[in-house]
Amino acid sequence: MTIQFNDETFRDDYSFRNSERAIKRFPFPFDKDSYMYAVNMEQHRGGPADSIYEKRFDVDEHYVAELRDRALVLADDPLRCQTLPHMTLAGWDLLELIMVSKSEDYPDLFELHRDGDKWRWINRPLGIDHSFTFMDETTLPYGPMEYITRQAQGDFCVLDQRDDMLWMDAGMVTTQADWSLDFDIGMNFFEWHAPVPLAHEKGIFVRALKFLLNIQQGAPARRLNWTMTVNPLLDTSPENYHKWGIQKTTITPENLGSKQHLRVELQTFFRLPRSNALVFPIRCYLCSFQDLMSVPKWGRRLHRVVRDLPDELATYKGFIDNRPMMLDYLSKFDDGLPTSNGIWPELETEPALQS
Amino acid sequence: MSGAEKIAVRVTEIVPLNTLVTRFKFEPVDGGLLPTFSGGAHTVVEMRDGDRTRMNPYSLMSDPFDQTAYTISVRRDDQGRGGSLFMHTNVTVGDEMVISNPVNLFSLDLRAKKHLLIAGGIGITPFLAQIKQLDRAHEHWELHYACRSEALGSYVDYLTSTHPNDVNVYYDDQNQMIDLENLLDGQPLGTHVYICGPRGMIDWVRGKAADLGWPREAIHYEEFLAPRPGKPFEVKLAISNKVIQVSEQESLLEAMERSGVDAPYLCRGGACGQCETAVINYDGTFIHRDHWLEEDEHAGGKKIMPCVSRFEGKTLVLDR
Repeated sequence: MTIQFNDETFRDDYSFRNSERAIKRFPFPFDKDSYMYAVNMEQHRGGPADSIYEKRFDVDEHYVAELRDRALVLADDPLRCQTLPHMTLAGWDLLELIMVSKSEDYPDLFELHRDGDKWRWINRPLGIDHSFTFMDETTLPYGPMEYITRQAQGDFCVLDQRDDMLWMDAGMVTTQADWSLDFDIGMNFFEWHAPVPLAHEKGIFVRALKFLLNIQQGAPARRLNWTMTVNPLLDTSPENYHKWGIQKTTITPENLGSKQHLRVELQTFFRLPRSNALVFPIRCYLCSFQDLMSVPKWGRRLHRVVRDLPDELATYKGFIDNRPMMLDYLSKFDDGLPTSNGIWPELETEPALQS
Repeated sequence: MSGAEKIAVRVTEIVPLNTLVTRFKFEPVDGGLLPTFSGGAHTVVEMRDGDRTRMNPYSLMSDPFDQTAYTISVRRDDQGRGGSLFMHTNVTVGDEMVISNPVNLFSLDLRAKKHLLIAGGIGITPFLAQIKQLDRAHEHWELHYACRSEALGSYVDYLTSTHPNDVNVYYDDQNQMIDLENLLDGQPLGTHVYICGPRGMIDWVRGKAADLGWPREAIHYEEFLAPRPGKPFEVKLAISNKVIQVSEQESLLEAMERSGVDAPYLCRGGACGQCETAVINYDGTFIHRDHWLEEDEHAGGKKIMPCVSRFEGKTLVLDR
């Protein structure tokens, strides 16, 4: 299908918008009326038609605008993209994975022509037609990881696997939920997850690491994660906290529906064949509360989840101060009716809001 | 649980190298391309032997970037349970077989300034792929390869003719031995050591390296254990609610699979930890053969690795 790319911003005037189609396919992350950490992994092998699960790397109406925003972030702060020297091979793996996936999954948007190591890559939405030599860095304007992730939505952590451990040894991170690649570069799996509350005690990370170490070629996995963001900001980095943190105080009962966004990450995991590294793409989807409320099931459920979330998690996710105001808003969309299991909107079967 | 899709291949070449080792070449049945892999990876080959399916892991030895074919070398094990014998005697050119996606439990550490490869016997096979990968990246490496005799020195001629300055071969029957202490002592900082061979060789190199103060993280090794036959035994699987019999020639993992229980695995050789299974109750003796569990776990009676370990006794109940 043809995608109409939005001309929109994730900063200054915040002209970011979700179309009706984008709202319907938004990855609402709560499959029941409460939330607690779990190793909620499943295989990443397609999903319902037009869902964000369908393709290996989802391309949507925000593609062009998100990559324009990435270029702005990188221009201000080149350290958002880093590769330790031993990770170059993994960068080529990632370039190949994304080019092959996108050209197969979106043939009208992307083309890849390969003749041995002579490759030609056509990216129509971004107006790129580039011939280069695979595995020869001098034929690309950037290193292979940076080159391809300037053309792919979402952040990318490229993790080396050694000593039964994963290491944050390369990445492109410009759309993150308040963590810093520059701070975490070279850390191991337990080190970079150290700030997360409650999950360590539950043994979540030990089990998650074991799962990730065993991800095989040809068997990628995925999960959803979430947080809250005021204004549709992609770049909520610690480096720029002084710019966006203060915006959390601009919420009022009148503007909350349009300013408060649920931020959902589609996290996927692919084994990279040549390097045996693991790539961890973290794709960010934003949806305003008022758009979410157009789905009755999500209105009911979001109220219950936000209301019952442990304080530690509301603090960690950065919305404890605004939670009372959020609940005032959300409670109007919760009529107490039961909700069906699963994340999907179920617009045909779930009753409209009873007033 | 097999995870990734299997790959249907056709055997396109069988080359006996010597009295023990034969090389097999696999090409995809659909005429497409095989996945690339990283040097050190193995594939699990499924063998349809009458009504039973044998699954043995073999290191991929071909060029990791060559997507047209994979090659493996199989050493005949006359005392084993028959997987290697099946490959040697029942498989012919043109046969269709099923193999797994590549899995690497013996990966190169790409940070290394130099790679010191130490092989014993059939343990040479993962290094053949790693050498291709290292050469392509212009990395610094040297190989020390111990074989029983010239007649059993698989790939010695190939290695010494293509890399005369990097390959050192030692023949047991000529009383040639790797001068390990000097070898380890003379390495530049940032060298990583890789060992693939019999258990004794792995222990020898690891022990000597530890004595010399090498960092543990710089020593890498791989030893696939073949499951050994043993006395038959009975197992109750609590989750599946099944009682299964493990026969003499079959592993516990294979018996579970034969009974339709979807048990996880990767290496099938006691190394990766994927098939680790909790013991709910037992009355008898475990015969632990893996090198995944720690000694205290072997003694604890709470875990078993069903790919290689067995049980003798009255009752065994597993959480599977």
